[in-house]
Amino acid sequence: MEEFQTQRFDVIVVGAGPAGVAAAVTSARGGAKVLLVERSEIAGTKNMIGGAVFLSALKEVFPDNWHQAPLERYINKHTWSLLSDNSSVDVSCDFPLKPKSASIFRSKFDSWLVSQAKKEGVYFAPSTLVKRLIKKNGYYCGIETELERIEAKVIIIADGVNSLLACQHGFRYDYDAKDTVLSIKETVKLSKEIIEERFNITKGSNNGAARNFLGGLKSENTPFALGFMYTYSDSVSIGLGVNLEDLRRYALNPSDLLEKLKEHPVVAPLLQGGEMLEYSAHLIPEGGFKKLPKLCENGVMIAGDAAGFVNAIHFEGTNFAFISGKFAGETALAALKINDCSKRTLKLYEKKLKQSFILKDLKSYKDVMENLYSRTNSLMNYYPKKAAEFFEIFSGANCISKRDEFRNFIVNFIKDRSIRELFKDLAAFISSIFGVLK
Amino acid sequence: MSSDEVKKKTIEDKLTTIKYNCDSESHLVLDAQLCKNCESRCCTYICPAKVYTYDENQNTINVDYENCLECGACKIACPYGAIDWKYPKAGHGVIYKQS
Ligand SMILES: Cc1cc2nc3c(=O)[nH]c(=O)nc-3n(C[C@H](O)[C@H](O)[C@H](O)COP(=O)(O)OP(=O)(O)OC[C@H]3O[C@@H](n4cnc5c(N)ncnc54)[C@H](O)[C@@H]3O)c2cc1C
Ligand code: SF4
Ligand code: SF4
Repeated sequence: MEEFQTQRFDVIVVGAGPAGVAAAVTSARGGAKVLLVERSEIAGTKNMIGGAVFLSALKEVFPDNWHQAPLERYINKHTWSLLSDNSSVDVSCDFPLKPKSASIFRSKFDSWLVSQAKKEGVYFAPSTLVKRLIKKNGYYCGIETELERIEAKVIIIADGVNSLLACQHGFRYDYDAKDTVLSIKETVKLSKEIIEERFNITKGSNNGAARNFLGGLKSENTPFALGFMYTYSDSVSIGLGVNLEDLRRYALNPSDLLEKLKEHPVVAPLLQGGEMLEYSAHLIPEGGFKKLPKLCENGVMIAGDAAGFVNAIHFEGTNFAFISGKFAGETALAALKINDCSKRTLKLYEKKLKQSFILKDLKSYKDVMENLYSRTNSLMNYYPKKAAEFFEIFSGANCISKRDEFRNFIVNFIKDRSIRELFKDLAAFISSIFGVLK
Repeated sequence: MSSDEVKKKTIEDKLTTIKYNCDSESHLVLDAQLCKNCESRCCTYICPAKVYTYDENQNTINVDYENCLECGACKIACPYGAIDWKYPKAGHGVIYKQS
């Protein structure tokens, strides 16, 4: 690492996730001398995803060679399940010829990203923890690692959800527990054949499936939580994202909740006979638009999870990271060109974000999570239960007249829940939809 | 391996699947005074790696920092900001291979 100390860089990028790598290659392609710094020894080994990378954004950053990336399976089949205690009501979609995302292991995927960046001239410093930024005369102009100080004209912070750098230098506060989701996951080994069979995937193909589960946690105090499964080549993930405030309020442990999901009669058969390969945990920022940090200052920009760029409803994060990183790289190049790295010039980064889906989506979704969160009990308990009851009648042939059964169902639907609560659910639903469309 | 082995795993079982390069000193430092007066002790249950345990006799919190997954949840959840939360030294801590 000492080799970099005496050098002066145009751009230093902190964090070698999708945001950092996109920022680094974009700057390097424009002729800048770029140093990419990562605290792990091998890129990706500190990181976890559910999860799948969105291909549109990967292609945007690596248009020529994206298909060489270590992608496990193309995720073209999605199933959303409402789980009641013992049953499931599902909605599925299948785009066998049009995959939008692919499952990845971060250790392999991030390492590939870095190997491409190096090929394009980016200097890479692994095993290097940035402790703080250097600021001189009101300008951020370098980094301080455990061993040394390295200077640059522009710094791009892409150090992920915990962004100690952003918090430490006052770009944002730490997130509140209510705006944070703690995700845990287990990677479970299963044979290719079993995966293809259980997830209805064409034999021998590299197609894959994703599943999401709402409800089914059998807990007295139900936290706001979403379960997920993704298929890899010869393993699957099973995980759960839980609102951190709920964990705290109800004194719950995330691993215990995941065990409940794994025991659910609809989920258990999908995992049967599997062997756990790895357990992992990671946060997801959900504060979104309301918790945006300062996006730039003299000499510095913030991209990806560090800036809270995630659309939790659609499981979108990698696309926000790649594209915001790319914008930061482009802005760095524009600033270097006119030799002015002041906040005024770097505001171009903010402008690009505003004109793109990144700030547009964050803005239109700004109330959605809060709306859903305020209806936790409805979403996690009441509606999954009612959906199950409805389909039990619909598909049940219970030797009771359908008219009586449906009448009963409707009477109970209203009786089990005050009209006021039903209206509140409806209001939250409408407010979310209008928020997005207006 | 039977299905039962996938089910009902304890955190201790789960942690054995993870590779670490342990540091010799803790990257998590608690303000013992704040912890003594803390009534929630939420760090002891929200942590996915059970890093924090309560020692009733001494009214202190033990920190098994070696098991930390570096997720950051405790830093945000602690109501008193009692955790001086840092990343382990470069090259140390958790090493995910299949996550
Ligand atoms: C359970 C789960 C499921 C998800 N599912 C999806 C999904 O299906 N689709 C999707 O698009 N997104 C998903 N995401 C979100 C996605 O993973 C993130 O949005 C994305 O990885 C953010 O990229 P990033 O580059 O901003 O940050 P990260 O990927 O977190 O990278 C930050 C990097 O910075 C390094 N670093 C941190 N601090 C320092 C420092 N001080 N010095 C040096 N290096 C440092 C870290 O080691 C890390 O490598 C999911 C996330 C989780 C947790
Ligand atoms: S770390 Fe925080 S939550 Fe845990 S005992 Fe100390 S003050 Fe309480
Ligand atoms: S960072 Fe995560 S794993 Fe580590 S002690 Fe805190 S909550 Fe536990």
